[in-house]
Amino acid sequence: MSKRIIIDPLTRIEGHLRIEVVVDENNVVKEAYSGSTLWRGLETIVKGRDPRDAGFLTQRVCGVCTFSHYRAGIIAVEDALGITPPLNAVLTRTLMNAALYMHDHPVHFYQLHGLDFVDVVSALSADVKKASDEAFKYTDIPYATGADKLLEVKQRLKTFVDKGNLGPFANAYYGHATYRFTPEQNLIALSHYLECLRIQRTIAQAMAIFGAKNPHPQSLTVGGVTCVMDLLDPSRMAEYMTKFQEVADFINRAYYPDLIMAAKAYSKEASVLNDVGVNNFYTEREFQVSSDEWLFEGGIIKNGDLSKVEEVDEAKITEEATRAWYADNEALHPYDGKTNPNYTGLVDGESIDDKGNMVHSKVFDTKGKYSWIKAPRYENLPMQVGPLANILVNYAKGNKIVVEAVDSFLKATNLPVKALMSTLGRTGARAIEAKIVADHGLKAFNSLVENLKTDESTCATYVIDKNKEYKGRFIGSAPRGALSHWCRIKNGVIENWQAVVPSTWNASPKDANGVGGSYEQCLIGMKLADVKQPLEVIRAIHSYDPCIACAVHVMDTKGNNLSEYKVNVNL
Amino acid sequence: MSDLDIFNRRLDELEKLPLLKNEISISKALEQSGFSRRDFMKWACAMTAFLALPASFTPIVARAAELSDRLPVIWLHMAECTGCSESLLRTDAPTIDSLIFDHISLEYHETIMNAAGWQAEHNLESAMEKYKGRYILMVEGGIPTGDTEHYLTIGPHGKSGKQIAEQACDNALAIFAIGTCSAFGGIQAARPNPSNSVSLSKITNKTVINVPGCPPSEKNIIGNVIHYILYQTLPALDAYNRPKWAYALRIHDLCERRGRFDAGEFVHQFGDEGAKKGYCLYKVGCKGPYTFNNCSKERFNQHTSWPVQAGHGCIGCSEPDFWDTMGPFEEVMAGRLFDTVYGLGADNISDKIGIGVLCVTGVAVAAHAVIASLEKNKD
Repeated sequence: MSKRIIIDPLTRIEGHLRIEVVVDENNVVKEAYSGSTLWRGLETIVKGRDPRDAGFLTQRVCGVCTFSHYRAGIIAVEDALGITPPLNAVLTRTLMNAALYMHDHPVHFYQLHGLDFVDVVSALSADVKKASDEAFKYTDIPYATGADKLLEVKQRLKTFVDKGNLGPFANAYYGHATYRFTPEQNLIALSHYLECLRIQRTIAQAMAIFGAKNPHPQSLTVGGVTCVMDLLDPSRMAEYMTKFQEVADFINRAYYPDLIMAAKAYSKEASVLNDVGVNNFYTEREFQVSSDEWLFEGGIIKNGDLSKVEEVDEAKITEEATRAWYADNEALHPYDGKTNPNYTGLVDGESIDDKGNMVHSKVFDTKGKYSWIKAPRYENLPMQVGPLANILVNYAKGNKIVVEAVDSFLKATNLPVKALMSTLGRTGARAIEAKIVADHGLKAFNSLVENLKTDESTCATYVIDKNKEYKGRFIGSAPRGALSHWCRIKNGVIENWQAVVPSTWNASPKDANGVGGSYEQCLIGMKLADVKQPLEVIRAIHSYDPCIACAVHVMDTKGNNLSEYKVNVNL
Repeated sequence: MSDLDIFNRRLDELEKLPLLKNEISISKALEQSGFSRRDFMKWACAMTAFLALPASFTPIVARAAELSDRLPVIWLHMAECTGCSESLLRTDAPTIDSLIFDHISLEYHETIMNAAGWQAEHNLESAMEKYKGRYILMVEGGIPTGDTEHYLTIGPHGKSGKQIAEQACDNALAIFAIGTCSAFGGIQAARPNPSNSVSLSKITNKTVINVPGCPPSEKNIIGNVIHYILYQTLPALDAYNRPKWAYALRIHDLCERRGRFDAGEFVHQFGDEGAKKGYCLYKVGCKGPYTFNNCSKERFNQHTSWPVQAGHGCIGCSEPDFWDTMGPFEEVMAGRLFDTVYGLGADNISDKIGIGVLCVTGVAVAAHAVIASLEKNKD
């Protein structure tokens, strides 16, 4: 008999996400549904406003990828108006973006995703000396894993556990059958968990040097950047460089080696080598490090075939809402999309609770609509986006930096390239991407310093002609994958805005053909050790680094009458 | 009885309450995290000044912080972007402020808690029951209401965000709306507010202390908790229920570029010569004169910077309805319509409390700028 498991809220992510899976009598997942349970309608709110304000509004799509949507909102308007920002501004944005990636990826691994791999309590039985030796297997210069340091970490943990105060570690699935680290490996990871809490503050400061604050930096403007005083101040520049290097060091000596350790330890665990989900991969060009050089190229891989990479044709991107809570179902290009909310709600049903009982629950209407996330498609195909797509496409394209990084990761882990197409691969690819940014991001810094010697311009001038119509877009990448924002400007104000974001691609519900996004597809066929503790499902979904506020948006291009929205008289 | 005596008596009362879950005390936790008593007292001294209390209150503040481990906290996510949690968790995580915040026992917080699904729902329900009338409630995000109330649901029972927030408010000891979304509805409540999102104060009759900002600084959040423990009453609030100790001054009052304003030296275009020299940003739209917050004093990310230092004006993010009333963010406020083409003009919204005042301030600031500029020209 099939049984339904609901995970809502799926915690340790950004936003409100519900996953429902249906398992058979052997606890094998037969069907999966992914849906968001919050709608805010930011793209509707951007309409009618000054285009110069758009970036500030789109930034509030998400406080986690806090720079991505800000930059995207600004660049979409620049593209529409035909503005080329000065190189200094472009490179400053790259430096802020590098800080974002170097913040986001380690924090995702240690604070959000790591506990899916690390059994914290097991670290209590670690042999400190053995753990210290173990760390040398993954790097020549281990980070914060000397025997004395590990002893300190272990004692801190012991005090926590003895007093029954596990803090953020409380209520995890300790002792779950799919944990694979030895106690010593768990202790190494725990030490780095604590170090990451410190280091993530440093890299947030690095962004704030040019960005004013983090989250929600405030130094980009249509035409360039405003932090000219910081750029012309050598002490501020040195501050950025120093903080960058300090965090790059953590990535190279802690985060990246830990992923090698994880890849080796988990290489026999079926639930992390599960189906990759969608095996079509899509990424966009990102990280401009000089006037004509980018760290990553864009491209499309279909059916997991690494021998062929297609160039991206943005005309082939569509979104549809057959199974999403919007009125208009048909697949339309982002410039031509239209949508009105059509919330049909959850329905009465049953699911297994945390005691194993079947209980009354509100469940997805799986025959109808069940998510606020739409279904973006490329040539009608679902795509997987994110660091894995980025690394695979650039590897297949022969991007020298990426080939070198991937080959050395595979060599260190004894894994074939095919093994990357999995939950484990998604997590590993994120570390590879972070390492590439850490190793090569300062190219942008050096280019900036060189350029500032002869050019102090930081902002292009422009005019917005109220009698002209404009349209433009940003296409690039965020830490979670390919990101695009599309806008139209008319009468001097925003006429239309929409965003096609990484988590929309990955968390997509089923489309008109019944084909789901990568979250849903990667769960099918997974066997759960214990239906009361669906750790395997949570681990697989966390490997995408879900960012759900980003994914929930409304497309609204043509003739959407705002008066159709219910106006609450009590407001 | 002096204030010091009153505070001490309150702290005595608090001390009689049991520790949460028989945990180690906060002073022990501090010690284990490598903070010396001296570091702790330095922090208490800074926090005393931050709360605008006399220096003699430093030991009281230290004691209040140590007793914060008697307070359970429930943090709810409504319609939001997680920026407020990020502000709290990312920028200051290992500092003493944050340790205290962690230590006041976060019973429920979706971004960091381990439990998910049913387990998470149980955690929330049991915390509300176990600490009935004793917990501090912090809410992040606006709250969808009306016909669109179920645009936000949480948990296997599909409860609306509004239902959960109402229930949590009913039994809370003190209620804080963290960030502009929770305090004033925020971005989702900006015109045309398609989800009918409202502030937390609109769904409960109890007093809500607003801690706005997009996001607010961690210090403003922590300071409120300390303040609450000290006084055991709500802090003095302004017309928008913001604690006066944090939001009484305009950004403009303590701005590092204030001298430039007074001298009539303005940036006219981002990237111009004035921008390189750090001139005042008023003419490129700085809303510092209309915005009440302590950013110009406290800055962000451990004093690394703040918008004006990075050459961009303040956008007024801690003011009610700032998305609709302060834009365009890169233009001066005085003498323009609030929406260029489709929307309302200035007159239509000037009846809302405060906007009129802000307009008057705007005029005064503009006049001041003109005078200053004339003075300068005379030289």
